[in-house]
Amino acid sequence: MAKFRKEGKKNLPEISTSSLPDIIFMLLFFFMVATVMREVTLVVKITAPEASEVQKLEDKSLVSFIYIGKPVKHLAAKWGDGDRIQLNDAFAEVDQIRDFVSLSVEKIAEYKRKKHIISMKVDEDAKMGIVTDVKQELRKANALKINYSTRKVAQTTSK
Amino acid sequence: MTRETPEVSAGSMADVAFLLLIFFLVTTTMDVDSGIVRKLPPPLPKDMEKPPPVKKRNIYSVLINSNDMLLINGEVGSLEDLRTNVKEFLTPHVPDDPNFPQTKEIDVDFIGKYQKSKGIVSMQNDRGTSYKTYIHVQNELAAAVRELRDELAKQYFGMDFKTLLETNKDKAKSIQKAIPMSISEAEPANFGGNK
Repeated sequence: MAKFRKEGKKNLPEISTSSLPDIIFMLLFFFMVATVMREVTLVVKITAPEASEVQKLEDKSLVSFIYIGKPVKHLAAKWGDGDRIQLNDAFAEVDQIRDFVSLSVEKIAEYKRKKHIISMKVDEDAKMGIVTDVKQELRKANALKINYSTRKVAQTTSK
Repeated sequence: MTRETPEVSAGSMADVAFLLLIFFLVTTTMDVDSGIVRKLPPPLPKDMEKPPPVKKRNIYSVLINSNDMLLINGEVGSLEDLRTNVKEFLTPHVPDDPNFPQTKEIDVDFIGKYQKSKGIVSMQNDRGTSYKTYIHVQNELAAAVRELRDELAKQYFGMDFKTLLETNKDKAKSIQKAIPMSISEAEPANFGGNK
């Protein structure tokens, strides 16, 4: 048996690193596919309320978001501390919602327009008054499918 | 004459890939958007006739005031037993029980004749109600309907409603027909509160 043994030192062979780029690339592709880039910078602070009966939003391209909450800290001085609406990247008023809806519907392929969903991301401390105003405006704009964005929990706790 | 072009070193490939990887790692937000899905009623035409009155026994009214307190069928109620009460209310009661909504016999595919409850949950909130409470109530109502659907789906198809929805859409539709999501939101009011 000694015949086959290499003479001298018995160093461990170095681990080949040539497949390292492949592994990294695999991870890279995974994250590239899984990544959802943040499209908007939030100017309102939102903590979504908890709920257990939630449904996932399947197709992101069909969803447009309306954010409602108090302005973030560095904007509070200018915009006050009441509940505000955010559309796209900026604060908005209730009457701008109709334009927002028709613009976002136009971005969707025609055959899918009926499936357009408005997702309302509302802070849990917001008052229903402003939410109701938005809902009434959505009805007028004929955007009837809405989704109240929530955090999924197994069981909601009573306050 | 023909000089071979030197091979491009691939040694730094890993570094480049690492850099990109780290960039995507940092920018990734893995959150899947989820929420409670609702359908708004279409806008009311101006010259609409008054809808036929609904019998009082068929309505389960839930009012939320600006202090996040519940008034259920005229009495102060609590969030804890809302789900069980709504479930009981929406369960079809055969034979007819005057304390619960009427039922109507309908034909449903895969199920056959079914006594469908005519009950409607009517929900109304104040402008000062907090969104948290509103969602909580919505959630409890949705949970009550979901539990009823689960029970019916178990009884007829031997699986819960969610699995049924994934495996057999037609059967799920008949369950939905037998137990509709009968939650109606009243036109907004402003009771007992300032804006």
